[in-house]
Amino acid sequence: MAMEYSEKVMEHFARPHNVGTIEDANGVGEVGNAKCGDIMRMYLKINDEEIIEDVKFQTFGCASAIATSSIATDMIKGKPLSEALNLTNKAVVEALDGLPAVKVHCSVLAEQAVKAAVADYYQRRGVPCPIDLDAFDHEHEHGEEE
Amino acid sequence: MFVYADNAATTAMSKAAANAMLPAMGELYGNPSSLHQKGREANMALMGARETIAKCLNAEPREVYFTGCGTEADNWAITEGARLGALAGKRHIISDTIEHHAVLHTLRRLEKQGFEVTYLPVHENGMVRLDELEAAIRPDTCLVTIMFVNNEIGTVQPIREIGKLCRERGVLFHTDAVQAVGHVPVDVAADNIDMLSLAAHKFHGPKGVGALYCKKSIRLQNFIEGGAQERNKRGGTEAIPSILAMAAALKESCAHLEENMEKVSAMRDRLIEGLSEIPCSRCNGDPDHRAPGIVSFCFEGIEGESLLLRLDLAGICASSGSACTSGSLDPSHVLLALGMPHEIAHGSLRLSLCEYNTMEEMDYILSQLPDIVRTLREMSPVWMHKLETMEDPYLAVK
Repeated sequence: MAMEYSEKVMEHFARPHNVGTIEDANGVGEVGNAKCGDIMRMYLKINDEEIIEDVKFQTFGCASAIATSSIATDMIKGKPLSEALNLTNKAVVEALDGLPAVKVHCSVLAEQAVKAAVADYYQRRGVPCPIDLDAFDHEHEHGEEE
Repeated sequence: MFVYADNAATTAMSKAAANAMLPAMGELYGNPSSLHQKGREANMALMGARETIAKCLNAEPREVYFTGCGTEADNWAITEGARLGALAGKRHIISDTIEHHAVLHTLRRLEKQGFEVTYLPVHENGMVRLDELEAAIRPDTCLVTIMFVNNEIGTVQPIREIGKLCRERGVLFHTDAVQAVGHVPVDVAADNIDMLSLAAHKFHGPKGVGALYCKKSIRLQNFIEGGAQERNKRGGTEAIPSILAMAAALKESCAHLEENMEKVSAMRDRLIEGLSEIPCSRCNGDPDHRAPGIVSFCFEGIEGESLLLRLDLAGICASSGSACTSGSLDPSHVLLALGMPHEIAHGSLRLSLCEYNTMEEMDYILSQLPDIVRTLREMSPVWMHKLETMEDPYLAVK
Protein backbone atom coordinates (compact mmCIF):
# COMPACT_ATOMS: atom_id res chain seq x y z
CA MET A 1 0.00 0.00 0.00
CA ALA A 2 1.67 3.15 -1.10
CA MET A 3 1.17 6.26 1.00
CA GLU A 4 1.51 9.86 0.06
CA TYR A 5 3.36 12.14 2.41
CA SER A 6 3.12 15.90 1.96
CA GLU A 7 6.23 17.82 0.95
CA LYS A 8 6.27 19.31 4.41
CA VAL A 9 6.39 15.87 6.03
CA MET A 10 9.22 14.81 3.74
CA GLU A 11 11.07 18.04 4.49
CA HIS A 12 10.90 17.50 8.24
CA PHE A 13 11.70 13.82 7.83
CA ALA A 14 14.73 14.40 5.62
CA ARG A 15 16.07 17.30 7.71
CA PRO A 16 14.40 17.19 11.10
CA HIS A 17 14.75 20.23 13.35
CA ASN A 18 15.85 20.10 16.99
CA VAL A 19 17.13 16.54 17.03
CA GLY A 20 19.15 15.53 20.06
CA THR A 21 19.18 15.85 23.83
CA ILE A 22 19.47 18.70 26.34
CA GLU A 23 21.78 17.84 29.20
CA ASP A 24 20.31 20.28 31.68
CA ALA A 25 16.72 19.83 30.57
CA ASN A 26 14.19 20.52 33.30
CA GLY A 27 11.38 18.59 31.63
CA VAL A 28 11.73 15.26 29.87
CA GLY A 29 8.93 13.08 28.54
CA GLU A 30 8.85 9.82 26.68
CA VAL A 31 5.81 8.21 25.07
CA GLY A 32 5.06 5.25 22.82
CA ASN A 33 6.63 1.82 22.85
CA ALA A 34 9.05 -0.02 20.64
CA LYS A 35 6.69 -2.92 20.15
CA CYS A 36 4.26 -0.67 18.31
CA GLY A 37 7.10 0.81 16.35
CA ASP A 38 7.38 4.35 17.66
CA ILE A 39 8.83 6.09 20.69
CA MET A 40 9.29 9.82 21.16
CA ARG A 41 11.36 11.50 23.81
CA MET A 42 11.17 15.28 24.36
CA TYR A 43 13.60 17.45 26.27
CA LEU A 44 12.55 20.92 27.43
CA LYS A 45 14.61 23.74 28.87
CA ILE A 46 12.17 26.11 30.50
CA ASN A 47 13.36 29.39 32.02
CA ASP A 48 12.09 31.29 35.05
CA GLU A 49 9.62 33.24 32.94
CA GLU A 50 8.19 29.90 31.84
CA ILE A 51 9.38 30.35 28.30
CA ILE A 52 10.56 27.23 26.46
CA GLU A 53 14.10 28.32 25.77
CA ASP A 54 15.14 25.14 24.06
CA VAL A 55 13.60 21.88 22.97
CA LYS A 56 15.10 18.72 21.48
CA PHE A 57 13.71 15.35 20.56
CA GLN A 58 14.70 11.79 19.85
CA THR A 59 12.35 9.55 17.92
CA PHE A 60 12.29 5.91 16.93
CA GLY A 61 9.67 5.48 14.27
CA CYS A 62 8.47 6.02 10.76
CA ALA A 63 8.87 9.12 8.63
CA SER A 64 5.71 10.71 10.02
CA ALA A 65 6.79 10.03 13.60
CA ILE A 66 10.02 11.90 12.92
CA ALA A 67 8.25 14.69 11.04
CA THR A 68 5.59 15.23 13.71
CA SER A 69 8.27 15.36 16.42
CA SER A 70 10.27 17.84 14.41
CA ILE A 71 7.39 20.21 13.71
CA ALA A 72 6.05 19.94 17.25
CA THR A 73 9.40 21.17 18.58
CA ASP A 74 9.29 24.07 16.11
CA MET A 75 5.80 24.97 17.29
CA ILE A 76 6.78 25.34 20.94
CA LYS A 77 10.35 26.55 20.78
CA GLY A 78 10.73 30.04 22.26
CA LYS A 79 7.07 30.05 23.24
CA PRO A 80 5.47 30.38 26.66
CA LEU A 81 4.78 27.10 28.42
CA SER A 82 1.05 27.68 28.00
CA GLU A 83 1.42 27.15 24.26
CA ALA A 84 2.92 23.71 24.84
CA LEU A 85 0.01 22.92 27.12
CA ASN A 86 -2.41 23.90 24.40
CA LEU A 87 -0.66 22.03 21.58
CA THR A 88 -3.05 19.68 19.81
CA ASN A 89 -2.37 16.84 17.42
CA LYS A 90 -4.72 18.55 15.00
CA ALA A 91 -2.48 21.61 14.90
CA VAL A 92 0.51 19.33 14.28
CA VAL A 93 -1.27 17.66 11.37
CA GLU A 94 -2.25 21.01 9.90
CA ALA A 95 1.26 22.37 10.21
CA LEU A 96 2.47 19.40 8.18
CA ASP A 97 -0.15 19.98 5.46
CA GLY A 98 -1.88 16.79 6.51
CA LEU A 99 -0.96 13.18 7.28
CA PRO A 100 -2.23 9.94 5.77
CA ALA A 101 -5.08 8.58 7.91
CA VAL A 102 -3.04 5.63 9.14
CA LYS A 103 -0.35 8.04 10.38
CA VAL A 104 -2.52 10.41 12.39
CA HIS A 105 -1.57 8.52 15.56
CA CYS A 106 1.97 9.90 15.13
CA SER A 107 0.64 13.42 15.68
CA VAL A 108 -1.15 12.23 18.81
CA LEU A 109 2.13 10.84 20.00
CA ALA A 110 3.91 14.14 19.34
CA GLU A 111 1.30 16.04 21.37
CA GLN A 112 1.61 13.51 24.18
CA ALA A 113 5.40 13.65 24.16
CA VAL A 114 5.37 17.42 24.57
CA LYS A 115 2.80 17.23 27.35
CA ALA A 116 4.64 14.44 29.13
CA ALA A 117 7.75 16.64 29.17
CA VAL A 118 5.74 19.58 30.54
CA ALA A 119 4.20 17.35 33.19
CA ASP A 120 7.69 16.24 34.16
CA TYR A 121 8.69 19.89 34.52
CA TYR A 122 5.84 20.55 36.94
CA GLN A 123 6.51 17.36 38.83
CA ARG A 124 10.17 18.26 39.32
CA ARG A 125 9.13 21.60 40.79
CA GLY A 126 6.56 19.99 43.02
CA VAL A 127 3.83 22.07 41.44
CA PRO A 128 0.49 20.52 40.49
CA CYS A 129 0.37 19.88 36.77
CA PRO A 130 -2.37 21.86 35.01
CA ILE A 131 -2.93 18.99 32.54
CA ASP A 132 -4.47 15.69 33.41
CA LEU A 133 -1.72 13.12 32.96
CA ASP A 134 -4.20 10.30 33.18
CA ALA A 135 -5.97 11.63 30.11
CA PHE A 136 -3.44 9.71 28.12
CA ASP A 137 -1.30 6.80 29.04
CA HIS A 138 1.87 5.96 27.24
CA GLU A 139 0.23 3.25 25.20
CA HIS A 140 -0.75 5.49 22.34
CA GLU A 141 -3.89 4.89 20.37
CA HIS A 142 -3.83 3.21 17.02
CA GLY A 143 -7.57 3.43 16.65
CA GLU A 144 -7.55 5.70 13.61
CA GLU A 145 -5.98 3.15 11.36
CA GLU A 146 -8.62 0.49 11.47
CA MET B 1 22.86 7.12 -8.65
CA PHE B 2 19.59 5.23 -8.96
CA VAL B 3 19.40 1.60 -7.79
CA TYR B 4 16.36 -0.60 -8.07
CA ALA B 5 16.77 -3.23 -5.36
CA ASP B 6 13.15 -4.31 -4.94
CA ASN B 7 13.00 -7.13 -7.47
CA ALA B 8 11.06 -9.39 -5.12
CA ALA B 9 8.23 -6.85 -5.31
CA THR B 10 8.39 -6.74 -9.07
CA THR B 11 10.95 -6.72 -11.85
CA ALA B 12 11.47 -4.55 -14.90
CA MET B 13 10.12 -6.16 -18.04
CA SER B 14 12.79 -7.65 -20.27
CA LYS B 15 13.28 -6.56 -23.87
CA ALA B 16 12.47 -10.11 -24.91
CA ALA B 17 9.16 -9.93 -23.06
CA ALA B 18 8.25 -6.52 -24.45
CA ASN B 19 9.14 -7.62 -27.98
CA ALA B 20 7.03 -10.75 -27.62
CA MET B 21 4.11 -8.61 -26.59
CA LEU B 22 4.26 -6.23 -29.53
CA PRO B 23 2.76 -8.46 -32.27
CA ALA B 24 -0.15 -9.29 -30.00
CA MET B 25 -0.86 -5.59 -29.70
CA GLY B 26 -0.75 -5.31 -33.50
CA GLU B 27 -1.46 -7.89 -36.17
CA LEU B 28 -1.87 -10.82 -33.81
CA TYR B 29 -5.25 -9.69 -32.55
CA GLY B 30 -7.30 -12.82 -33.20
CA ASN B 31 -9.21 -14.71 -30.57
CA PRO B 32 -7.53 -18.10 -30.13
CA SER B 33 -10.98 -19.69 -29.95
CA SER B 34 -11.95 -18.47 -33.46
CA LEU B 35 -11.72 -20.96 -36.29
CA HIS B 36 -10.62 -18.50 -38.99
CA GLN B 37 -7.05 -17.65 -39.87
CA LYS B 38 -6.74 -14.81 -37.37
CA GLY B 39 -7.94 -17.10 -34.63
CA ARG B 40 -5.67 -19.94 -35.70
CA GLU B 41 -2.72 -17.58 -35.79
CA ALA B 42 -3.38 -16.46 -32.21
CA ASN B 43 -3.99 -20.02 -31.11
CA MET B 44 -0.66 -21.12 -32.55
CA ALA B 45 1.08 -18.39 -30.60
CA LEU B 46 -0.77 -19.38 -27.44
CA MET B 47 0.17 -23.03 -27.87
CA GLY B 48 3.77 -22.02 -28.40
CA ALA B 49 3.77 -20.02 -25.17
CA ARG B 50 2.26 -22.90 -23.24
CA GLU B 51 4.88 -25.26 -24.63
CA THR B 52 7.68 -22.89 -23.70
CA ILE B 53 6.47 -22.53 -20.14
CA ALA B 54 5.89 -26.27 -19.79
CA LYS B 55 9.40 -26.96 -21.05
CA CYS B 56 10.93 -24.50 -18.56
CA LEU B 57 9.19 -26.36 -15.71
CA ASN B 58 9.72 -29.83 -17.20
CA ALA B 59 5.98 -30.28 -17.43
CA GLU B 60 3.59 -31.12 -20.26
CA PRO B 61 1.83 -28.24 -22.03
CA ARG B 62 -1.59 -29.50 -20.94
CA GLU B 63 -0.46 -29.26 -17.33
CA VAL B 64 -0.06 -25.49 -17.60
CA TYR B 65 -3.06 -23.25 -16.87
CA PHE B 66 -2.75 -19.53 -17.43
CA THR B 67 -4.09 -17.33 -14.64
CA GLY B 68 -4.33 -13.65 -13.89
CA CYS B 69 -1.56 -13.72 -11.28
CA GLY B 70 0.33 -15.86 -8.81
CA THR B 71 -2.22 -15.16 -6.12
CA GLU B 72 -4.98 -16.61 -8.29
CA ALA B 73 -2.90 -19.73 -8.92
CA ASP B 74 -2.35 -20.15 -5.16
CA ASN B 75 -6.05 -19.70 -4.45
CA TRP B 76 -7.03 -22.17 -7.13
CA ALA B 77 -4.51 -24.85 -6.23
CA ILE B 78 -5.19 -24.82 -2.50
CA THR B 79 -8.95 -24.64 -2.85
CA GLU B 80 -8.83 -27.58 -5.26
CA GLY B 81 -6.46 -29.60 -3.12
CA ALA B 82 -8.86 -29.15 -0.21
CA ARG B 83 -11.96 -29.94 -2.28
CA LEU B 84 -10.40 -33.13 -3.66
CA GLY B 85 -9.36 -34.11 -0.14
CA ALA B 86 -12.84 -33.56 1.24
CA LEU B 87 -14.26 -35.82 -1.49
CA ALA B 88 -12.11 -38.58 -0.02
CA GLY B 89 -13.08 -37.63 3.53
CA LYS B 90 -9.72 -35.95 4.23
CA ARG B 91 -9.87 -32.49 5.71
CA HIS B 92 -6.40 -31.84 7.09
CA ILE B 93 -3.87 -29.54 5.41
CA ILE B 94 -0.24 -28.84 6.27
CA SER B 95 1.50 -25.54 5.58
CA ASP B 96 3.93 -23.29 7.43
CA THR B 97 3.97 -19.94 9.16
CA ILE B 98 5.88 -17.88 6.58
CA GLU B 99 3.70 -18.39 3.52
CA HIS B 100 2.52 -15.48 1.41
CA HIS B 101 -0.93 -14.16 2.31
CA ALA B 102 -2.24 -15.60 -0.95
CA VAL B 103 -1.74 -18.98 0.71
CA LEU B 104 -2.40 -18.06 4.36
CA HIS B 105 -5.65 -16.25 3.72
CA THR B 106 -6.91 -19.06 1.49
CA LEU B 107 -6.12 -21.48 4.30
CA ARG B 108 -7.94 -19.28 6.81
CA ARG B 109 -11.03 -19.44 4.61
CA LEU B 110 -10.75 -23.23 4.45
CA GLU B 111 -10.43 -23.38 8.23
CA LYS B 112 -13.72 -21.53 8.49
CA GLN B 113 -15.20 -24.17 6.20
CA GLY B 114 -14.15 -26.94 8.58
CA PHE B 115 -10.70 -27.88 7.36
CA GLU B 116 -7.95 -28.27 9.89
CA VAL B 117 -4.59 -26.69 9.09
CA THR B 118 -1.25 -27.45 10.72
CA TYR B 119 1.25 -24.60 10.36
CA LEU B 120 4.76 -25.98 10.67
CA PRO B 121 7.22 -23.77 12.53
CA VAL B 122 10.19 -22.50 10.55
CA HIS B 123 12.61 -21.93 13.42
CA GLU B 124 15.17 -19.14 13.62
CA ASN B 125 16.56 -19.74 10.16
CA GLY B 126 13.21 -19.77 8.37
CA MET B 127 13.40 -23.40 7.29
CA VAL B 128 10.75 -26.10 7.40
CA ARG B 129 12.09 -29.33 8.92
CA LEU B 130 11.38 -32.58 7.14
CA ASP B 131 11.03 -34.61 10.32
CA GLU B 132 8.42 -32.16 11.58
CA LEU B 133 6.56 -32.38 8.30
CA GLU B 134 6.66 -36.16 8.42
CA ALA B 135 5.34 -36.18 11.97
CA ALA B 136 2.52 -33.81 10.99
CA ILE B 137 1.18 -35.97 8.15
CA ARG B 138 -1.94 -37.83 9.26
CA PRO B 139 -4.20 -40.37 7.58
CA ASP B 140 -6.63 -37.54 6.82
CA THR B 141 -4.03 -35.13 5.42
CA CYS B 142 -5.04 -34.17 1.89
CA LEU B 143 -2.66 -31.34 1.00
CA VAL B 144 0.75 -29.96 1.83
CA THR B 145 1.44 -26.41 0.64
CA ILE B 146 4.91 -25.02 1.26
CA MET B 147 6.52 -22.16 -0.61
CA PHE B 148 9.63 -22.72 -2.71
CA VAL B 149 11.41 -19.43 -1.95
CA ASN B 150 10.27 -17.04 0.76
CA ASN B 151 9.62 -13.55 -0.56
CA GLU B 152 10.90 -11.71 2.50
CA ILE B 153 13.90 -13.62 3.76
CA GLY B 154 14.77 -15.66 0.67
CA THR B 155 14.94 -19.08 2.31
CA VAL B 156 14.79 -21.95 -0.18
CA GLN B 157 12.84 -24.87 1.28
CA PRO B 158 13.86 -28.49 0.65
CA ILE B 159 11.16 -28.82 -2.00
CA ARG B 160 12.41 -32.01 -3.63
CA GLU B 161 12.51 -33.85 -0.29
CA ILE B 162 9.16 -32.45 0.75
CA GLY B 163 7.69 -33.57 -2.57
CA LYS B 164 9.18 -37.02 -2.19
CA LEU B 165 7.77 -37.40 1.28
CA CYS B 166 4.32 -36.26 0.17
CA ARG B 167 4.36 -38.65 -2.75
CA GLU B 168 5.35 -41.55 -0.51
CA ARG B 169 2.51 -40.71 1.83
CA GLY B 170 -0.02 -40.15 -0.94
CA VAL B 171 -0.58 -36.47 -0.11
CA LEU B 172 -0.97 -33.75 -2.75
CA PHE B 173 1.86 -31.23 -2.75
CA HIS B 174 1.48 -27.63 -3.87
CA THR B 175 4.25 -25.05 -3.83
CA ASP B 176 4.01 -21.30 -4.21
CA ALA B 177 7.02 -20.86 -6.49
CA VAL B 178 6.39 -17.21 -7.33
CA GLN B 179 9.85 -16.17 -6.09
CA ALA B 180 11.56 -19.31 -7.39
CA VAL B 181 10.63 -19.73 -11.03
CA GLY B 182 13.21 -18.06 -13.23
CA HIS B 183 15.58 -17.61 -10.28
CA VAL B 184 16.48 -21.11 -9.09
CA PRO B 185 16.18 -24.48 -10.86
CA VAL B 186 12.58 -25.70 -10.82
CA ASP B 187 11.73 -29.11 -12.22
CA VAL B 188 8.24 -30.28 -11.34
CA ALA B 189 9.05 -33.89 -12.21
CA ALA B 190 12.34 -34.20 -10.33
CA ASP B 191 11.03 -32.08 -7.46
CA ASN B 192 7.90 -34.25 -7.03
CA ILE B 193 5.59 -31.26 -7.31
CA ASP B 194 1.87 -31.82 -7.97
CA MET B 195 0.84 -28.18 -8.22
CA LEU B 196 2.90 -25.02 -8.56
CA SER B 197 2.08 -21.31 -8.79
CA LEU B 198 4.11 -18.74 -10.69
CA ALA B 199 3.81 -15.06 -11.63
CA ALA B 200 5.34 -13.48 -14.73
CA HIS B 201 6.32 -10.13 -13.26
CA LYS B 202 8.80 -11.72 -10.86
CA PHE B 203 10.99 -12.85 -13.76
CA HIS B 204 10.85 -9.82 -16.06
CA GLY B 205 7.46 -10.64 -17.52
CA PRO B 206 4.42 -8.36 -17.39
CA LYS B 207 2.13 -7.83 -14.42
CA GLY B 208 -1.32 -9.38 -14.38
CA VAL B 209 -0.45 -12.84 -15.65
CA GLY B 210 0.63 -16.04 -13.98
CA ALA B 211 0.22 -19.76 -14.29
CA LEU B 212 -0.74 -22.83 -12.36
CA TYR B 213 1.04 -26.06 -13.09
CA CYS B 214 -1.19 -28.97 -12.18
CA LYS B 215 -0.16 -32.57 -12.69
CA LYS B 216 -2.35 -34.16 -15.33
CA SER B 217 -3.60 -36.94 -13.04
CA ILE B 218 -5.30 -34.35 -10.82
CA ARG B 219 -8.87 -33.60 -11.84
CA LEU B 220 -9.24 -29.87 -11.36
CA GLN B 221 -12.69 -28.39 -11.05
CA ASN B 222 -13.52 -25.40 -13.23
CA PHE B 223 -12.32 -22.22 -11.58
CA ILE B 224 -14.07 -19.76 -13.87
CA GLU B 225 -17.17 -20.98 -15.70
CA GLY B 226 -18.28 -19.88 -19.10
CA GLY B 227 -15.60 -20.69 -21.63
CA ALA B 228 -13.61 -23.50 -23.14
CA GLN B 229 -10.30 -21.78 -22.44
CA GLU B 230 -7.68 -23.53 -20.33
CA ARG B 231 -9.34 -26.88 -20.98
CA ASN B 232 -12.66 -25.53 -19.70
CA LYS B 233 -11.11 -24.92 -16.29
CA ARG B 234 -10.70 -21.18 -16.49
CA GLY B 235 -13.04 -19.47 -18.89
CA GLY B 236 -12.27 -16.08 -20.39
CA THR B 237 -10.42 -14.99 -23.50
CA GLU B 238 -6.73 -15.47 -22.94
CA ALA B 239 -4.50 -12.45 -22.25
CA ILE B 240 -2.43 -13.19 -25.34
CA PRO B 241 -0.04 -10.21 -25.14
CA SER B 242 0.78 -10.96 -21.53
CA ILE B 243 1.01 -14.71 -21.99
CA LEU B 244 3.39 -14.40 -24.93
CA ALA B 245 5.52 -11.97 -22.95
CA MET B 246 5.53 -14.26 -19.92
CA ALA B 247 6.74 -17.16 -22.05
CA ALA B 248 9.49 -15.06 -23.63
CA ALA B 249 10.60 -13.79 -20.23
CA LEU B 250 10.69 -17.24 -18.70
CA LYS B 251 12.51 -18.73 -21.66
CA GLU B 252 15.20 -16.10 -21.34
CA SER B 253 15.47 -16.45 -17.55
CA CYS B 254 15.78 -20.21 -17.78
CA ALA B 255 18.31 -20.06 -20.63
CA HIS B 256 20.58 -17.88 -18.48
CA LEU B 257 19.66 -19.37 -15.13
CA GLU B 258 23.09 -20.54 -14.08
CA GLU B 259 25.00 -17.45 -15.08
CA ASN B 260 22.33 -15.21 -13.55
CA MET B 261 22.43 -17.17 -10.30
CA GLU B 262 26.16 -16.80 -10.16
CA LYS B 263 26.11 -13.09 -10.91
CA VAL B 264 23.24 -12.27 -8.56
CA SER B 265 24.58 -14.44 -5.71
CA ALA B 266 27.91 -12.63 -5.89
CA MET B 267 26.15 -9.28 -5.52
CA ARG B 268 24.00 -10.65 -2.70
CA ASP B 269 27.08 -11.92 -0.85
CA ARG B 270 28.82 -8.59 -1.28
CA LEU B 271 25.82 -6.85 0.28
CA ILE B 272 25.58 -9.34 3.14
CA GLU B 273 29.26 -8.99 3.84
CA GLY B 274 29.11 -5.20 3.82
CA LEU B 275 25.92 -4.88 5.83
CA SER B 276 27.13 -7.36 8.44
CA GLU B 277 29.76 -4.81 9.40
CA ILE B 278 27.07 -2.48 10.69
CA PRO B 279 26.96 -2.94 14.48
CA CYS B 280 23.87 -4.61 15.93
CA SER B 281 22.62 -5.84 12.58
CA ARG B 282 21.52 -9.32 11.66
CA CYS B 283 21.01 -11.10 8.37
CA ASN B 284 17.70 -12.96 8.32
CA GLY B 285 17.11 -16.37 6.81
CA ASP B 286 19.37 -19.34 6.31
CA PRO B 287 22.98 -18.87 5.24
CA ASP B 288 23.07 -22.00 3.09
CA HIS B 289 19.57 -22.15 1.65
CA ARG B 290 19.15 -18.65 0.32
CA ALA B 291 17.74 -17.41 -2.98
CA PRO B 292 20.33 -15.65 -5.14
CA GLY B 293 18.64 -12.25 -5.04
CA ILE B 294 17.12 -11.75 -1.60
CA VAL B 295 18.90 -10.02 1.26
CA SER B 296 17.02 -9.40 4.49
CA PHE B 297 18.50 -7.51 7.41
CA CYS B 298 17.36 -6.10 10.73
CA PHE B 299 19.05 -3.09 12.26
CA GLU B 300 18.44 -2.61 15.94
CA GLY B 301 17.24 0.73 17.22
CA ILE B 302 15.67 2.03 14.02
CA GLU B 303 12.39 1.66 12.19
CA GLY B 304 12.10 0.26 8.70
CA GLU B 305 9.93 2.87 7.03
CA SER B 306 12.32 5.67 7.94
CA LEU B 307 15.18 3.62 6.62
CA LEU B 308 13.30 2.86 3.43
CA LEU B 309 12.39 6.48 2.75
CA ARG B 310 15.90 7.72 3.50
CA LEU B 311 17.21 5.15 1.04
CA ASP B 312 14.65 6.37 -1.46
CA LEU B 313 15.95 9.92 -1.02
CA ALA B 314 19.38 8.51 -1.84
CA GLY B 315 17.99 6.91 -5.01
CA ILE B 316 17.76 3.35 -3.67
CA CYS B 317 14.49 1.40 -3.94
CA ALA B 318 14.09 -1.28 -1.26
CA SER B 319 11.34 -2.60 1.00
CA SER B 320 10.74 -3.31 4.66
CA GLY B 321 8.68 -5.69 6.76
CA SER B 322 7.99 -3.00 9.32
CA ALA B 323 4.40 -2.41 10.39
CA CYS B 324 4.49 1.17 9.17
CA THR B 325 5.16 0.18 5.59
CA SER B 326 2.24 -2.19 5.48
CA GLY B 327 -0.21 0.11 7.17
CA SER B 328 -0.90 -2.53 9.79
CA LEU B 329 0.03 -2.65 13.44
CA ASP B 330 2.24 -5.67 13.34
CA PRO B 331 5.53 -6.11 11.60
CA SER B 332 5.88 -8.86 9.02
CA HIS B 333 4.47 -12.24 10.05
CA VAL B 334 7.53 -13.82 8.47
CA LEU B 335 9.99 -12.03 10.75
CA LEU B 336 7.82 -12.71 13.80
CA ALA B 337 7.70 -16.40 12.82
CA LEU B 338 11.49 -16.47 13.14
CA GLY B 339 10.99 -15.65 16.80
CA MET B 340 12.12 -12.07 16.37
CA PRO B 341 10.84 -9.49 18.89
CA HIS B 342 8.51 -6.81 17.48
CA GLU B 343 10.94 -3.97 18.12
CA ILE B 344 13.66 -5.63 16.07
CA ALA B 345 11.31 -6.75 13.31
CA HIS B 346 10.30 -3.10 12.90
CA GLY B 347 13.86 -2.37 11.79
CA SER B 348 13.86 -4.72 8.86
CA LEU B 349 15.05 -4.06 5.35
CA ARG B 350 14.83 -6.19 2.23
CA LEU B 351 17.07 -5.60 -0.74
CA SER B 352 16.19 -7.85 -3.66
CA LEU B 353 18.41 -8.09 -6.69
CA CYS B 354 18.30 -9.39 -10.22
CA GLU B 355 20.75 -9.79 -13.08
CA TYR B 356 20.11 -6.20 -14.17
CA ASN B 357 21.85 -4.94 -11.04
CA THR B 358 25.59 -4.31 -10.98
CA MET B 359 28.39 -4.61 -8.45
CA GLU B 360 28.80 -0.81 -8.65
CA GLU B 361 25.24 -0.49 -7.43
CA MET B 362 26.04 -2.75 -4.48
CA ASP B 363 28.99 -0.53 -3.64
CA TYR B 364 26.73 2.49 -3.86
CA ILE B 365 24.22 0.89 -1.48
CA LEU B 366 27.05 0.09 0.91
CA SER B 367 28.30 3.67 0.68
CA GLN B 368 24.87 5.03 1.70
CA LEU B 369 23.15 2.54 3.97
CA PRO B 370 25.53 2.44 6.97
CA ASP B 371 25.41 6.23 7.33
CA ILE B 372 21.63 6.29 7.08
CA VAL B 373 21.38 3.62 9.78
CA ARG B 374 23.75 5.58 11.96
CA THR B 375 21.90 8.87 11.47
CA LEU B 376 18.58 7.28 12.37
CA ARG B 377 20.13 5.61 15.39
CA GLU B 378 21.53 8.90 16.59
CA MET B 379 18.01 10.26 16.82
CA SER B 380 16.51 7.08 18.27
CA PRO B 381 15.66 6.80 21.96
CA VAL B 382 15.62 3.01 21.54
CA TRP B 383 19.23 3.10 20.44
CA MET B 384 20.06 5.48 23.31
CA HIS B 385 18.47 3.05 25.78
CA LYS B 386 20.58 0.31 24.26
CA LEU B 387 23.74 2.34 24.73
CA GLU B 388 22.99 2.49 28.44
CA THR B 389 23.63 -1.23 28.61
CA MET B 390 26.54 -1.51 26.20
CA GLU B 391 29.49 0.41 24.93
CA ASP B 392 28.78 2.50 21.84
CA PRO B 393 29.78 0.15 19.02
CA TYR B 394 30.48 3.09 16.75
CA LEU B 395 33.23 4.27 19.09
CA ALA B 396 34.82 0.85 18.96
CA VAL B 397 34.73 0.61 15.16
CA LYS B 398 36.35 3.89 14.23
